Amino acid sequence: MREITYLEAIRESMSQEMRTDNDVFIMGEDIGIYGGAFGLTNGMIEEFGPERVRNTPISEAAISGCAVGAAMTGMRPILEIQFSDFVMIAMDNIVNQAAKMRYMFGGKAKVPVVIRLPGGSGAGFAAQHSQSLEAWMAHVPGLKVVQPSNAYDAKGLMKAAIKDDNPVLFYEHKLLYNVKGEVPEENYEIPLGQADIKREGTDITIVATAIMVNRALEAAEELEKEGIHVEVIDPRTLVPLDTETILQSVKKTSRVLVVYEAVKRGGYGAEIASMIAESDVFDYLDAPIRRLGGVATPIPYNPELEKAAVPQVNDIVQECRKLMNK
Amino acid sequence: MLYDMMLIRSFEETVEKLFQQGKIHGTMHLCIGQEATAVGACVPLTKEDKITSTHRGHGHSIAKGTKVKGMMAELLGKETGYCKGKGGSMHIADLDVGNLGANGIVAAGLPLGTGAALTSKMKDLGYVVLCFFGDGSTNEGAFHESLNLASIWDLPIVFFCENNLYGMSASIKEMTNIQNIADRGIAYGIPSETIDGNDVLEVVKATEKAVERARNGEGPTLIEAHTYRWRGHSRSDARKYRTREEEKEWRKMRDPIALFKEQLIEESILTETEFMELENKVQVEMDEAVEFAENSKAPSLETLEADIYA
Ligand SMILES: Cc1ncc(C[n+]2csc(CCOP(=O)(O)OP(=O)(O)O)c2C)c(N)n1
Repeated sequence: MREITYLEAIRESMSQEMRTDNDVFIMGEDIGIYGGAFGLTNGMIEEFGPERVRNTPISEAAISGCAVGAAMTGMRPILEIQFSDFVMIAMDNIVNQAAKMRYMFGGKAKVPVVIRLPGGSGAGFAAQHSQSLEAWMAHVPGLKVVQPSNAYDAKGLMKAAIKDDNPVLFYEHKLLYNVKGEVPEENYEIPLGQADIKREGTDITIVATAIMVNRALEAAEELEKEGIHVEVIDPRTLVPLDTETILQSVKKTSRVLVVYEAVKRGGYGAEIASMIAESDVFDYLDAPIRRLGGVATPIPYNPELEKAAVPQVNDIVQECRKLMNK
Repeated sequence: MLYDMMLIRSFEETVEKLFQQGKIHGTMHLCIGQEATAVGACVPLTKEDKITSTHRGHGHSIAKGTKVKGMMAELLGKETGYCKGKGGSMHIADLDVGNLGANGIVAAGLPLGTGAALTSKMKDLGYVVLCFFGDGSTNEGAFHESLNLASIWDLPIVFFCENNLYGMSASIKEMTNIQNIADRGIAYGIPSETIDGNDVLEVVKATEKAVERARNGEGPTLIEAHTYRWRGHSRSDARKYRTREEEKEWRKMRDPIALFKEQLIEESILTETEFMELENKVQVEMDEAVEFAENSKAPSLETLEADIYA
């Protein structure tokens, strides 16, 4: 099958939706002729024109509210926040407006907006351009949170996000943008709330998100050589969360490691760990659930420090070894 | 128009009474004294046109055609309320008549309204959006960013500032260094004017012009209407930041309802008897609303988690 990058997969998904649904349009800073900070929207303005590939001023407080206002009145906007870090300036519109509107209005509003958020560290952008704050969003009732780890998923999840009638936060990892994967040309959808077993195994379940899925898979290869069979589960969406697939896997393996890039403290991994601990499969566990997350530090600029701030393949390998010795 | 203004005042007085009787909980922001801005601004709007409103939104809702029955039920937290009892005073919305909702966040309605205007333009729907906001919200970033956005995109929107001289206790004089809020339109290339917001006909005239500009694709307008809120900011306000003389002056000399009534009587459009008839009609409508609200059921606990996701 044809291979394209994660970035191209997202672009293709948006373009296909824009061709079939006139209500879908994209807006954001520099997304027109410039193609966006990462070139993700390259060529889209040529096909769809400046009305539907809408360059905005650097005004996160207004463009986020504008996208929400357009969504509640019948459009299906996709808003690109240039770096996920800048979403802080848009928080009111997302957390106080988009997330709550439907509920506050007694179920009478729909807010079909997708907010694309390039996040994560590893590219040398330092502390204000590298954060992973998806847990903030996952905490808020009314929002959905998506975190694709490969090109195939990115395309299918984007399509589902656009079709969803709720506000969806679509986290893209900057380091994954140029990673290629097999992606069919035709349109397909991956429902939100469906985890994927990226690798089968019998000894340890690793639940990993975004780029940590790739690192967990590499670690699993390593561990295989030592006779440790790792199963890797990618929830793909934090909200809604597919608890069933995770619990089934834990039943099978009896050991769990949760890996995520965000700061470990207060991160979403704690949610997954507690969910398992509170469930019926707790009795199946042969060892305490372990979490591997980012160090509680702003992301440093120096490349070695930057690497040390978030889990790497070797960290995962070591955690798994510890877990097996329990 | 007169009827709507009287209905708003009566609604607010009734709400105040019910609150004192302990029948409404939480807080509310009354717009007594500001009836002419709400009603006048909505006169040029059709049902398809939309408004966004503020924490002080009861008047805007009524003026846009939202019914007092459902509003009262909402304030009493009943399932028959516009938001099924989950929104309360600060979140009344009625999308069917183009009321996109009151808002608990100062200035939040401006970007939302800008988005609704973008929909109108992109889908060629022809409707106009009118955003209500207070003087206090014009110091929020969202105000400035929204005006700029609406201006560069020529959106069909009217930014309508109710300048009641205070944002909670903050006097406009202390919080901005300019004479007129309308001047802020200049920075964004938006035509703007300052008007007497207690003269309902002047409000209608200014908004009519602005709505027409918007409908003709000529872009946004900023209107600053001077008015005054008679009551405190919300329920627990000792009003230490302003004098009783100032309040009396506005109530005696510049009551928008009395002014309009006088004018109508002077021009022989209205008689005292007709005015009293209107008063009775308002009372009947209000009594019905209260009765409806009081007799409505509270939402069941099963609805706690309903309507979070579509
Ligand atoms: C973002 C935000 N900051 C502060 C508040 C608290 N607050 C509610 S209303 C208000 C005053 C607003 O003044 P203005 O915009 O002039 O409207 P008015 O009350 O005069 O109608 C304040 C400070 C809020 N609700 N939202």
